[in-house]
Amino acid sequence: MRVRDALIAGALLLAGRRPPKRPRAREVPPGEPNPRAELLVIALFGLAALSACAFVAVYALDRIPDQTQFLGLSLGLALLFVAAGLIVTAHKLIVTEQLEDEYPPDEHPAEQEAIEHRVVDSGSRITRKRLFGLALGGAAGAIGVAVLAPVASLGPVVDMDPFYATPWRKGRRLVDQNGRPWRASDIEESDFYTAFPEGADRENVASPVVVVRVAARYLDLPPANRGYDAHGVVAYSKICTHAGCAIALYRTPLFQPNEPKPALVCPCHYSTFNPGTGGTVEFGPAGRKLPMLPLEIDANGFLRAAGTFDEPVGPSWWGVRMRGAHQA
Amino acid sequence: MITRKVVRFLDERSNTAPFLRKTLRYLFPDHWSFLLGEVALYCFIVLVATGTYLALFYTDSTATVVYHGPYVPLQGQQMTEAYKSVVDISTTVKAGLLIRQTHHWAADVFVAAIVLHVLRIFFTGAYRKPRELTYWIGLTMLMVTLLEGFLGYSLADDLLSGMGLAIAYGVALSIPFAGANLAALIWGGPFPGTHSFFARMYIAHVFLIPALLAVLITAHLALVALRHHTQFRSTRATERRLVGVPLFPGQTPRSLGLLFAVAGVLFLLGGLVQINPIWLWGPYHTYSATNGAQPDWYLGWLIGALRLVPGFDVTIDGYTLVPNPFWGGVLFPLLVFGFLLVWPFAERHATGDYGYHNVLDRPRDAPWRTAIGFAVLAWVFMIFLAGSADRIDVLFDLPYTAQIFVYRIVIWIAPVVVGVIAYRVCTELQAGERVERDRGRARREAEFS
Amino acid sequence: MKTVALALLALIVTASAAASTGKSLYGRNCLRCHGMNGAGTPIAPSLRGVGAMAADFYLSTGYMPLQHVGLQPRRSRLVLNAKQITALTGYIASFAPGPPIPTPRPQNGSVSEGLHLFTDHCAGCHQVVAEGGYVTGAVPPPLEDDTPTQIAEAVRIGPYVMPTFSTKAISNAQLDSIIAYVQYAKHPDDRGGWAIGHVGPVPEGLVTWLVAAAALVVVCMLIGTRVGRES
Repeated sequence: MRVRDALIAGALLLAGRRPPKRPRAREVPPGEPNPRAELLVIALFGLAALSACAFVAVYALDRIPDQTQFLGLSLGLALLFVAAGLIVTAHKLIVTEQLEDEYPPDEHPAEQEAIEHRVVDSGSRITRKRLFGLALGGAAGAIGVAVLAPVASLGPVVDMDPFYATPWRKGRRLVDQNGRPWRASDIEESDFYTAFPEGADRENVASPVVVVRVAARYLDLPPANRGYDAHGVVAYSKICTHAGCAIALYRTPLFQPNEPKPALVCPCHYSTFNPGTGGTVEFGPAGRKLPMLPLEIDANGFLRAAGTFDEPVGPSWWGVRMRGAHQA
Repeated sequence: MITRKVVRFLDERSNTAPFLRKTLRYLFPDHWSFLLGEVALYCFIVLVATGTYLALFYTDSTATVVYHGPYVPLQGQQMTEAYKSVVDISTTVKAGLLIRQTHHWAADVFVAAIVLHVLRIFFTGAYRKPRELTYWIGLTMLMVTLLEGFLGYSLADDLLSGMGLAIAYGVALSIPFAGANLAALIWGGPFPGTHSFFARMYIAHVFLIPALLAVLITAHLALVALRHHTQFRSTRATERRLVGVPLFPGQTPRSLGLLFAVAGVLFLLGGLVQINPIWLWGPYHTYSATNGAQPDWYLGWLIGALRLVPGFDVTIDGYTLVPNPFWGGVLFPLLVFGFLLVWPFAERHATGDYGYHNVLDRPRDAPWRTAIGFAVLAWVFMIFLAGSADRIDVLFDLPYTAQIFVYRIVIWIAPVVVGVIAYRVCTELQAGERVERDRGRARREAEFS
Repeated sequence: MKTVALALLALIVTASAAASTGKSLYGRNCLRCHGMNGAGTPIAPSLRGVGAMAADFYLSTGYMPLQHVGLQPRRSRLVLNAKQITALTGYIASFAPGPPIPTPRPQNGSVSEGLHLFTDHCAGCHQVVAEGGYVTGAVPPPLEDDTPTQIAEAVRIGPYVMPTFSTKAISNAQLDSIIAYVQYAKHPDDRGGWAIGHVGPVPEGLVTWLVAAAALVVVCMLIGTRVGRES
């Protein structure tokens, strides 16, 4: 008997049937019930719950291929079902009032005046207002500067020396990514090679150079770079002088009459450099030629630097033309 | 019954019942375009939620490790711990890839929503007195968001984003007089900088900037509520009378529904459409590059500008005054944001209209504003398009170098043309309405006589 | 004896027929630009010593015959069938000794070493997932249609403005790994869903605006009112 009563009471509670209430003044105007919309919203929320359960199931079961797709689908649908339910509720089940209200006043002159007077009146005991203010402002400003000073520890703000430093020096061998030294005879025409200074940090922007062998008919180095090549083998900084990307493109024609001349090209903004003329800019936004590394061949045929670059490496900055690159 | 208990508890302890009662009756204008700002806000919520999760798995260290995980093509490769942690999130952490992709889609859509919202604000004159402060806070948030997104995808240290960081460094260097010093400060020396640079990006991305954005969003929303929303003109809506839907019950299911819709779309994309598959790009090295590297869409306007500028540095004797990337990477965005920031002032002075405005203009009601806005938009959009000229060459065989030369001319002509057309369309629409009004009046007069 | 003589005669006839087929194909498709016996002309390089490797590459991809002199050779619809290509290849190889058609073995290669090598030597032009790209004045193509043999051939030949990688620069074992990687890149791990081209932010931006932003604007319009429908 008790159990049955409890079950009936529970069912009644869930079904939401309530005894009619005494009428009172309404905050929100009444609206017509819409049982079909209600059912739709309940169904949508139910589907959302199912989708969310599916998400948990997919998550727990590791075996499913395309797991990310099913996770996204189930969670996304769960959220979208809730969204749909809420939007249907907004349109069909909530009384949407179009109410009117006053905009707040443009300003409050009386209060503004009261505040202003409070501030002004409170200074009655200060006779040297301007000096007082200056002293206070000076103290606050100086403390502000002092507190900000340690920010300078973030980096070398004033010392620009690191921008000119390179790990290249006379006699340093050129090695590949695995540390194996390059021989001049390794460098074939129509191919391009990346080299680093032996023993140096490869990620340093001044380290990587691109090495190519330029055929005699294309080799025309300017006076400043005369002798920088090692029998036609030339090396340039691999870091573009425009904005710093690695120059990983080499354009080398198979049959020149129909095809563009050899060029080193940067993939970011297509600055194009001529390897035969000292790295001059042929096309693109670079404002500075590629820094060139002078090369020599040692007694065993290995490629060595004959010094450091003719210019600092990397993108231009205010002092890039004021000094040459130097050996770190 | 429960409601009464909760409300009573709150009021007894916080004295907020009068405030809550007023707030629940706060009126929202009904037009759909007022929801765009909310879309941005909900993207931000998804970003914070998914971002928090990702931060629990990310390592900001640039120490090199050798990969020995389940993704075969990276076996035995040297990479930073940062990159490896993102590869692990994408391949090993359950649901990690879903959260990561949702986070990235949310960032892209966040900026798109802000842009749409700013367009609505601009072309309806919502920035006018008394809402200039709200507008400037919003623009600040836009600028901060661009930086935040860039930092976010740069944290992965993959080949594409690493190239982007190098370019950011090059652009920083290009600032006259102080560029190199500023870059040295931020990076801790010449690129790639100190080993703690990634820690700096990380702290900026997960703490400093989100905190700043939270403060700005709060101020922005508070100002909107304190001054109340603007509204489009209608028979009942005037400069003094606001017509709208109350926060509760009317607006609540709408806004909540929009929140769930935004989250749902983002999670659907996060699971179904691949974004930034960094395991395919490989780790970044200063000496490596790939073709076709692009920044995320909201920085695409800058790559177009960087590619369009002809190759020259401005030098005085040995002093390099203006390195090349300055024009496209610094001056161009400064001009665009400067225009947006200064516009309320400029319009006030030009029109002599210093008054309060609670009612919005339709774009056609302010032909000059609409024309100039469209012109600037066309300028930015053309430069943005120029950034994809190489891909257009690959797909449609239009020579890249020729495209660049054409774009260099078109970006100055298009704004003029678009501006003139926009102005004409506005005036024509206004003229059409005048004719309709006169016709209606004449008809009514005829009926009465 | 008679049978042997007949067989020999048949062989000679077929061989010369094949050679003459190759020769006649050369005459129809190549002679005008590449000259008699592949000697070359001012508008086309000499084919002497290019070997079967180059001939097979250019013919099997459709790079040759070239439609317009001066344009970059591109993969195009083949005008010759497989038999004709074999015949023509044989004829061109007969001009002078040259490299044979390579026989790569990508199954012996390592995909991870391949990714490393591909990034170093190839990704700058062809994009890291081999989707193709741009270099000033040329369009390095996507590699999804290339067979392992064609990849090996291209690497050794360096067609148009592509660098030429000899066995000294990229050994045959390394080439096997690169080809193994390119094969992988044709159907890479797209565990994130629809790959939208493997080229990164440009298609991602398109999806952002044309799918997500569009969908959310539609949702906003469903929720709010539109002009003309105000209550």
